Amino acid sequence: MDKTVGSLAEAVSRIGDGAHVMIGGFGGSGAPIELIHALIDRYRATGHPKDLTVINNNAGNGHVGLAALIEQRMVKKLICSFPRSADPKVFTDLYLAGEIELELVPQGTLAERIRAGGAGIPAFYTPTAYGTDLARGKKIEEFDGRPYVQERWLKADVAIVKAYRADRHGNLVYSKAARNFNPLMCMAAAHTIVQVEEIVEPGGIDPEVVVTPGIFVQSVVCVTDPQQEEDLNRQGAHHP
Amino acid sequence: MIPKLSNAQIAWRAAQDIEDGAYVNLGIGFPEMVARYQPEGREAIFHTENGILNFGEPPAEGTEDWDLINAGKKAVTLKPGAAFFHHADSFAMVRGGHLDVAILGAYQVAENGDLANWSVGAGGVPAVGGAMDLVHGAKRVAVITEHVTKKGEPKLLSRCTLPLTGVACVTRVYTSLAVIDIEGGRFVLREKLPSLSLDALQSLTGGELHVPGPVTDLIVPEL
Repeated sequence: MDKTVGSLAEAVSRIGDGAHVMIGGFGGSGAPIELIHALIDRYRATGHPKDLTVINNNAGNGHVGLAALIEQRMVKKLICSFPRSADPKVFTDLYLAGEIELELVPQGTLAERIRAGGAGIPAFYTPTAYGTDLARGKKIEEFDGRPYVQERWLKADVAIVKAYRADRHGNLVYSKAARNFNPLMCMAAAHTIVQVEEIVEPGGIDPEVVVTPGIFVQSVVCVTDPQQEEDLNRQGAHHP
Repeated sequence: MIPKLSNAQIAWRAAQDIEDGAYVNLGIGFPEMVARYQPEGREAIFHTENGILNFGEPPAEGTEDWDLINAGKKAVTLKPGAAFFHHADSFAMVRGGHLDVAILGAYQVAENGDLANWSVGAGGVPAVGGAMDLVHGAKRVAVITEHVTKKGEPKLLSRCTLPLTGVACVTRVYTSLAVIDIEGGRFVLREKLPSLSLDALQSLTGGELHVPGPVTDLIVPEL
């Protein structure tokens, strides 16, 4: 078994128009910048993919990564918890102009909806958002005398995520807090594409420390020295 | 000019109530200051939504590791005994009732414990983050805040007028003027600045202050 692919362009070549795409990371930490930029490059060359629904905790920062994807007008709808950042102008302008749709989800509910999607659980109940605007229209049920909000699973056609090291079977370990949403998104997408700094042979990762088992991963691409969104933004970088 | 505590002093006061061994989440922005004023000899472990337990001070400028950040996206360092985990585990810690204390900021707090701290209503881009999860997860939810808004309007009200973050969730409020518990749907005054009369404090508070027991002087060091 070998899930590695030779290039970033090949890794993102099958993402279609209208796809639901989970993008890993929390801010810049764990964000698969090179995969996102490869997707933008493909769109600029071919006009596809467009009309994407993107699931991420945030809405991008500056003019790289997710913000650049939004700036290219490739994203029709964003599902996130916190569409603010140091430089949220790209998303903010489109949102206030009514040109991008936003589904705002509390962060823990977002994580659990993704986890549920990956675990085959169509709905669950949580106290989060009870009595607030974000529970409007949702089913409420009482358990042991306390009201809970019903939330539905979130699944995606594709997840693009970042890890630190993979073996050829797609077993993954992450770097520090860059783990965040990435392992959950690997579980919840029909096709998970991972960029890693290092690919090793099976056996090269101690089974005791595998965070994402390879069953949740379909494609692995090597990016040996990944860029970091925070560094790019300090340089005032734009993509392209 | 009414005397009042600085943000650092409000944070100091809130820090005095964090028990040794507590697992604590601090909201982004102002509440992060609470970590600076941990009393000597007590060890609290701080949780951040993005998957770290036991993070510490920010690193020196230029030495940031952007895989080590807090929920406010600021660079942090690790203390011995730190742990990483993914977002679903992080919010299992929150919603599963494993955190001892969450300390959050507020636009408004109501006498029944309702909190409004995520949206000022129509206009702009709404953003909620983990606030709605935290208010229903931690064993104790406290708020630190100015007692009144910049325009001088009360932030402690009989009912919130802004969109709610959570219903009946706050149990203690540390303000720039007082420490107030929320018990049985009422504001119960515990401490106030010694130079401030009860009448003066009441006039700056939107709900009725109840005084069923002794009120201690709120005395905080210069910081």
